[in-house]
Amino acid sequence: MAQKRKMSGTDSKPTAVRRIIAKYGGQRRAIIPILQDIQDRERWLSSQVLEEVARELDVPLAHVYSVATFYKSLSLEPRGRHICTVCMGTACHVRGGTAILEHFERRLRIRAGQTSPDREYTLERVNCLGACALAPLVVADGRYYSQMTESKANAVLETLGRRSERPHRNPSGAGRRR
Amino acid sequence: MKYYRAHLLVCAGTGCVSCGAFTLKEALEKEVARRGLADEVLVVATGCNGFCERGPIMMVHPEGIFYQRLTVEDVPFLVEEHLLKGRPIQKLMYVPSPGTAPIPKMSDIDFFKHQRLIVLRNRGRIDPERIEDAIAYDGYEAMAKALTRMTAEEIIGEITASGLRGRGGAGFPTGRKWDLCRREKARPKYLICNGDEGDPGAFMDRSVLEADPHAVLEGMVVGAKAVGAAKGFIYIRNEYPLALERMGIAIRQGRKLGLLGKDILGSGFDFDLEIVRGAGAFVSGEETALIASIEGQRAFPRPRPPYPAQHGLWGQPTVINNVETWANIPSIMRRGAAWFSGLGTETSKGTKIFSLVGKINNTGLVEVPMGIRLRDIVFGIGGGIPGGREFKAVQIGGPSGGCIPNQLLDLPVDYESLSRAGAMMGSGGMIVMDEDTCMVDIALYFLRFTQEESCGKCAPCRIGTRQMAEILARIAAGEGGPEDLKKLEELALTVKHGSLCGLGQTAPNPVLSTMRYFLDEYRAHIDDRRCPALVCKNLITFVIEPEKCVGCLLCLKNCPANAVAGEPKKVHVIDQAACIKCGACFNVCPPKIRAVSKTTP
Repeated sequence: MAQKRKMSGTDSKPTAVRRIIAKYGGQRRAIIPILQDIQDRERWLSSQVLEEVARELDVPLAHVYSVATFYKSLSLEPRGRHICTVCMGTACHVRGGTAILEHFERRLRIRAGQTSPDREYTLERVNCLGACALAPLVVADGRYYSQMTESKANAVLETLGRRSERPHRNPSGAGRRR
Repeated sequence: MKYYRAHLLVCAGTGCVSCGAFTLKEALEKEVARRGLADEVLVVATGCNGFCERGPIMMVHPEGIFYQRLTVEDVPFLVEEHLLKGRPIQKLMYVPSPGTAPIPKMSDIDFFKHQRLIVLRNRGRIDPERIEDAIAYDGYEAMAKALTRMTAEEIIGEITASGLRGRGGAGFPTGRKWDLCRREKARPKYLICNGDEGDPGAFMDRSVLEADPHAVLEGMVVGAKAVGAAKGFIYIRNEYPLALERMGIAIRQGRKLGLLGKDILGSGFDFDLEIVRGAGAFVSGEETALIASIEGQRAFPRPRPPYPAQHGLWGQPTVINNVETWANIPSIMRRGAAWFSGLGTETSKGTKIFSLVGKINNTGLVEVPMGIRLRDIVFGIGGGIPGGREFKAVQIGGPSGGCIPNQLLDLPVDYESLSRAGAMMGSGGMIVMDEDTCMVDIALYFLRFTQEESCGKCAPCRIGTRQMAEILARIAAGEGGPEDLKKLEELALTVKHGSLCGLGQTAPNPVLSTMRYFLDEYRAHIDDRRCPALVCKNLITFVIEPEKCVGCLLCLKNCPANAVAGEPKKVHVIDQAACIKCGACFNVCPPKIRAVSKTTP
């Protein structure tokens, strides 16, 4: 099975990255969950982080980069304080999801996948959240908003603009608790 | 054990949670306590009930009263009337259509009546986070039987005789797959549960994992004994946090009770499970790509053969089955192959879960016997099309599947019939479409999807899907030429035959099937530059009918392009040159007035 990590260097300061890698026993095969955990913490993967992961796991940086660029949930760019995710599943599509995405693009003046220059908002599209009864669906900062319309979208953006961090129990927050 | 006179089973699937199920549960618990009923009434969060359209949902056990679209405001009244006074509340019950009588019992509602629950037998009745609940409903009994009283050959014999086929889409006989792996000499062997449910519009795997993770866990232990595996992996999409959480709880509880880990049930058999969180790549649903992903690589598919059963995870023999397949195992082992094979058709045995979504009244998750007619699903269970619109087609099998038109609605749902009709069982997503859905637009939607999700390893898929998407975009924009249809078809065949994995091989299906049944729509886009369903932006115009407009300024205020001119109480006009065809005016114009309309040449 996967090999144990070789201890590299003498500098053993427990950085966040090191702690996460240690949680997975330094196994190289755990590179994807390691990168996911780092991203959950930092919201993105900087080049320093990728280098550190490569060093700690003793794999080529190219390998870390190839994995980090392949999977959609990993981001090599900083993401915004507020994340708006528009579901683009088939059910949402036939119920007008594309128009909703375009509305967000216009309102936020960014395209799907981009972050606003002030790093306030990131707009994302997702293939399907499997909550098709709620179509068209938007998730904003982990909260689900169902049966979206243009005017509801405006209300969501207003709420985000006003809201500071407010914890809310819902499905998309569940992954972070462990 | 404590007894309660009533159980309030609150659905806590993703759909209901999204519309406030947890808040509802808290409110119920508080109110029950406030009324001094805490010793008599238990509030339970269950897995997905399936009737997502009506969420948040609650069932009162033991009477089986079904309440729907509950709000926190309903709670005090509900507790007082139903639980204190014993009077079920009509206005919170399901009403099939306006003017009809409310239906109190879940078992009498059409949506549930025609279903046959095997995989989802515990949905809505157990708390998935309590293993005791699962055990109370015969959970882990089949596993105990397999571990203590059966040989590997006998288990495989039973599964083979049941006729169970893979529920992930391709329909490979499960018993045969297990037997191939069992015969391999190499050790260790691995099991994988494929829960990377990427098909848009399909959420049955998520629901199974959320509602009854124990069925999957138990099925895998049985499989492990059959093939001689000591370790298994459950790969779950990152987008399914609740499923990830509940599976994790099930594994921890299983280990604690000695149902997983070393020396299971004192039988001397060791098997343990690990959860792998997906990272958002559709292609990782393909079995060899999924294996690469668990290994910590990019999810690139590998050529087959060798099949994973011989050469899988880290080159070792590996059985990889879909969530629904694993969840079928305990029932087959408990009730026997003969019982299971008595359900369904000649070649497709048992039941299949479908997600019924799109333009349909009863959106949700249904488990039905194989061989049921499509019409019975769409109209019998699904309740038909909302808003009095006309049914057009049902898309089955996601990006790998195809559309089944009206004239084939009496088709029995089984692996072979669907393939012959140009669709595919796939994972079981059924997207219902009405006359307002444009088939060219749908084909374009799916091709853009596969093109984006193509991993890029092989040229036919990487380049072919892109070219197909471009041609479709041209047709949808009204810029298609007569030669485009022929080109599309040629490309489709090349991609189908030349691609390495299932993603590419099936990617052209949405195009081929819509061309097969809805060629007239393609022709209308190409020859007449019109979109009959009024969807394709380049081919439609929004106009305000002067005789209907009351000058309310709503469209004017909501137009993001400032393309509407007008004054209060005066007829508004859309500047066609400035209009971006976003449809905002169409959507905000009050239903009573309906002054904005769409037209196509």
